[in-house]
Amino acid sequence: MPDGHAHAAPLDAHGHPHEPAHPKLQHHFDDMGQRAEASTLGMWVFLVTEILFFGGLFMCYLVYRWKSPSGFQEASFELNRVWGATNTAVLIISSLTMALAVRAAQTSAKRGTQVFFLGLTMFFGLVFLGIKAIEYTDKFVHHHVPGPHFHWDGQYPKPAEQFYSLYFAMTGLHAVHMIVGVGIMAVITWMAWRETFDEDYYTPVEVAGLYWHFVDIVWIFLFPLLYLIGGHFKG
Amino acid sequence: MTEHHIAPRGMYYVVFLALIIGTGLTVAAAEVDLGALNNVLMLAIACAKALLVILFFMHLRWGTRLTWVVVGSGFFWLLIMFSLTMSDYMSRGWVEGTLR
Repeated sequence: MPDGHAHAAPLDAHGHPHEPAHPKLQHHFDDMGQRAEASTLGMWVFLVTEILFFGGLFMCYLVYRWKSPSGFQEASFELNRVWGATNTAVLIISSLTMALAVRAAQTSAKRGTQVFFLGLTMFFGLVFLGIKAIEYTDKFVHHHVPGPHFHWDGQYPKPAEQFYSLYFAMTGLHAVHMIVGVGIMAVITWMAWRETFDEDYYTPVEVAGLYWHFVDIVWIFLFPLLYLIGGHFKG
Repeated sequence: MTEHHIAPRGMYYVVFLALIIGTGLTVAAAEVDLGALNNVLMLAIACAKALLVILFFMHLRWGTRLTWVVVGSGFFWLLIMFSLTMSDYMSRGWVEGTLR
């Protein structure tokens, strides 16, 4: 073996300099890039199952709305569009702060910056849940919660009850995902505070971000389908 | 080693602005009676917003081809579910004497 580079890094099988392994590289991965790719791909596979999980509810919505379009419009008209639109904006802002948190980790920003953006993301997640709680309370007060106490003054009480069953199932499952998301963010924030993330290793932030953005996407569809179909109903 | 793309901060703000404008358009369009076009429009905007989030916030634009296939398969299966189920519901009773 020619030894012209006494001080250069040893060569690997392909003749490229072999860099010393990153301390966080587990032995079953070739390099940190492959490790990150395996994690993000795994998260995407999980998100595909989530697409179909929520997809079942969207399917249900589609069938019942197709059966009673006027009833769904009448029921949707009773939802508060201002709260719905506000919450859409709140989630989009939280997605921005999430993306900036990932970027902060990617660029080895100070832990203060990482924690700041992660904290903002959690804050807006909690604002979303708070607004959701106000809306749910309103529905209980007005007896628009499906069940023995459901009361509807409009023309289509039965489809309205079906609409509100779907409303609570879909936004409820979404809210559960939000609560889980805030929990995940709390762990990620703690890790960021302990200076876990830098340009070489930021996979947990990235993967948690994928989850957060996915939950945002679900709401992007829920908002128009639930709140806006009655927009011009009585107008 | 796979190079990781770090997008400029400005890109995130532009995508964010587009998402907020999209939300505004959806709300505004819902107030106007366009008939069946209302649904087409609100779903088209929602799909565009989802695409922006997936491509830029979720970094799929810089993802590997394998990731593209996995993501695509999710939405493909969703479409299969919607289209097969609705083709059943919508075609019921087309043949006389069959279940409605």
